[in-house]
Amino acid sequence: MESRRDVFQAIADPTRRDIIKLISGQSLTLNTIAENFDVSRQAISVHIRIMHECGLILIQQQGRERFCSVEPKKLAEVADWVEPFRKMWEGRFDRVDNILKKLKSKKNAK
Amino acid sequence: MQSKNKTSVVADAGKQELFIIREFEAPRKLVFKAFSDKKLLEDWLGCKEMKVKYEKFEPKAGGSWRYIGTMENGVSFGFHGVCHDFTAPERIIQTREFEGLPEAGHVVMETTRFEELSSERCKVTVQMVFQSVADRDGMVQANMEHGTAESYQRLDELIAGNLI
Repeated sequence: MESRRDVFQAIADPTRRDIIKLISGQSLTLNTIAENFDVSRQAISVHIRIMHECGLILIQQQGRERFCSVEPKKLAEVADWVEPFRKMWEGRFDRVDNILKKLKSKKNAK
Repeated sequence: MQSKNKTSVVADAGKQELFIIREFEAPRKLVFKAFSDKKLLEDWLGCKEMKVKYEKFEPKAGGSWRYIGTMENGVSFGFHGVCHDFTAPERIIQTREFEGLPEAGHVVMETTRFEELSSERCKVTVQMVFQSVADRDGMVQANMEHGTAESYQRLDELIAGNLI
């Protein structure tokens, strides 16, 4: 699902924002991150996977450990004040695409 | 499925205008139709969260339009404007005013240009000119109040803290 990778949805969850805050200054392993939260390691793992999928978190393998860090470029994108407005127009124009597809197939059918 | 054609918004700091730019994989004539047909406009201006219904639409010089946007929770508000120029298939110029503002008279001038890149490709540029920088920034920011708004704001605060 596309929505899964939507960065705005990813940060709508307070735990995920706390994770970002935690790893903003330093790369941490999943276990270290999980120790900072009351929820299960598994739950934290899911949060990280979602943020990794939308490009907000980078995961680097170092020896046996996997370190998580924040992707600053992606974060800057979220911080861009125009982004929600752009998203709204993107949604509108995607619907225009569908309309154009229908108009084209109608035209070809003639 | 996400479209390959990128939507870009250019809103330079301190300016009274902004541009919305997007290319479409279709002949210019069809793209213009999607922007000038009442039923088609209702289909794409509206979305799951807000239905759009025109109560008046006169796409010609000197004509006017008004539509009602109705949110999922039943709250509705109007938008209206005057058509200055509908030149198929290349140009639409109109004004727009959101009726939900506390003060009337904040009008936007909108010029939409349809540029033929090939027989199957068209570039659309929407230019919005506002009465003030504050009007422009206010409208762009008003968008945050829907859906992504809260999360965006929270993250913004977070970033202001120490991230970037």
